[in-house]
Amino acid sequence: MSHWIIAPILLPLFTGLLLLIGAGWGRRIARVVSLASLALLVGVDVHLLTVAAAGEVSLYALGNWPPPFGIVLQLDRLAALMLVVTGVLAFFCAAYAAAGRDGPGDSLHPLIHLLLLGLNGAFLTGDLFNLFVFFEVLLLASYALLLHGGGPRRAKAGLHYVVLNLAGSALFLIAVALLYGVTGTLNIVDMGERIAALDPADRPLAHTGGLLLFVVFGLKAAVAPLYFWLPGAYAAAVGPVAALFAIMTKVGIYSILRVYGLAFASDGAGFAGFLSPWLWPLALVTLALGVVGVLAARELRQQIAYLVIVSVGTLLVGVAMNTVASLSALLYYLVHSTWICAALFLMADVMRQQRGEMTDKIKSGPPLQQGTGLGILFFIASASIVGMPPTSGFVGKVGLMQAVASPLEAIWVWPALLLTGLLTITALSRTGSTFFWRTEGEPTGDGRASASVLAVIGGLLVFSISLSFAGNRVLPFMDATAQQLSDPAAYRRAATLFQPVPEDAP
Amino acid sequence: MEALVAAVIAVMTSCGVYLMLRARTFPVILGITLLSYAVNLFIFVMGRLTSANPAVIGSGATYPDPLPQALVLTAIVIGFAMTAFVLVLALRARAELGNDHVDGNDQMSINKYLNDDHHANKKGEGRSL
Repeated sequence: MSHWIIAPILLPLFTGLLLLIGAGWGRRIARVVSLASLALLVGVDVHLLTVAAAGEVSLYALGNWPPPFGIVLQLDRLAALMLVVTGVLAFFCAAYAAAGRDGPGDSLHPLIHLLLLGLNGAFLTGDLFNLFVFFEVLLLASYALLLHGGGPRRAKAGLHYVVLNLAGSALFLIAVALLYGVTGTLNIVDMGERIAALDPADRPLAHTGGLLLFVVFGLKAAVAPLYFWLPGAYAAAVGPVAALFAIMTKVGIYSILRVYGLAFASDGAGFAGFLSPWLWPLALVTLALGVVGVLAARELRQQIAYLVIVSVGTLLVGVAMNTVASLSALLYYLVHSTWICAALFLMADVMRQQRGEMTDKIKSGPPLQQGTGLGILFFIASASIVGMPPTSGFVGKVGLMQAVASPLEAIWVWPALLLTGLLTITALSRTGSTFFWRTEGEPTGDGRASASVLAVIGGLLVFSISLSFAGNRVLPFMDATAQQLSDPAAYRRAATLFQPVPEDAP
Repeated sequence: MEALVAAVIAVMTSCGVYLMLRARTFPVILGITLLSYAVNLFIFVMGRLTSANPAVIGSGATYPDPLPQALVLTAIVIGFAMTAFVLVLALRARAELGNDHVDGNDQMSINKYLNDDHHANKKGEGRSL
């Protein structure tokens, strides 16, 4: 039992607390501490990734209570992958903030670490109620992050976001209680076993619990028709926070994969694929409405928020296909879209500050001061989110299109993904030409981004693009992750083989 | 006893949902609170209802499931913190937006004003602005 598994939870917790205590030490020290801790966190995450890549599911029993009675942390390939994606994303967002954009106040860095505490906990836990608790931790941090900077627009978006998520939490609790009531366990793997052997009279209750959980995860993931909160919230948040929130919708997708892959995967009780009739229409409607939003948006940040919804729709298509090949492509696309959307949000923040009163409205305004550099970055990011070769978006979309299992699926999936790409390219080329070419007047003279800010955005893009250039190493890992996810028996094996630490051990 | 508890949960949930759909922040917060009470009771009931039966092994012939009680405690604490947060947020939104409408634009009082104006004009009394 390696103690490293709990490090991604403890490290942000203690860093967050330290930064809260040290609020008076000055912003410079806070930045150094924050970035050093995040670099360390990425190192730990990469170590855990190499551990998980060996193919074993490792368990960490809190309080040395063996599963399924105690709460366990569970490290598999999927959890390790999500940890690395989140760690890298948080490092770049904090680095962007540390380059002089973490004001006003000094609460941004501690909140980023508390958000990471919740995120990492949600990725690692193997217990359904614990998942709820970590959801609440990350939500509370995200409420405060969304409101960071103040102002009426954030207060309004924040109120909607908080009330919606509180209603979602109530539904989550009802679902967890229902599932506990019929199965008598909270451990996700154990719950899967018991649901498979469920008394037929109790199956409708478990079914209800499962669908209620899907509503909750759908709300987090911004699946249609539960996405209306997202554009307002993301467009109102400050730059680094909006970029960091790119992972928040992916937490919903992750939970869907985790809970329905482990707890509701049994063929015996008729639960395998009981979500499919809901997933297909919801995925396609999310894609369609997201693209309409991208085309109709009048501000760049809103447009990127709708791009996040489009990526959620694309990911859901992968979930709906529910084969090893589609899961593998979906995981690849998840990593790509998280990093690219974050990079786009950071770029939008820089551009907004150079356009004076026009901010990020998609109308002709004063030319950008660093038009060439920003233009190149924007072009690369747009090409990637649209899915042009040789970027990572291309590899992800091709993977999803190749994963179709039947001609009928192909008839739905191919036009949906290709048309989405076409319409997105139309909208983004209009935005790009308005911002960079159809300019009028003189540059405003303020908001010039330092070299380190551009380097941070470029770095995030390099990470994302390298997914396609290092494809020969990334794709086999994604395949192995999908393979592991489709094999709940491996998780049960890990639970039966688990040995608690002997009492007299040092 | 089951029917009574189920009815209580149902009434609280429906009141909570009704209040959450109101247009002012204060009823919405009350609705969230009621909903979380209903949810807490629901979690508790999921450990099955028994009476005069402490959740201690060996104190009687049977003992009720202690886990939902622990879960309910966690849910109460989290719900309490969230209610406090959303109250402060609602006050902040009231200060920032100038009214307590959930959308920030107080359309209801604007409509009321326009209607009053309309009435006033019809009666020929006019209204000095």
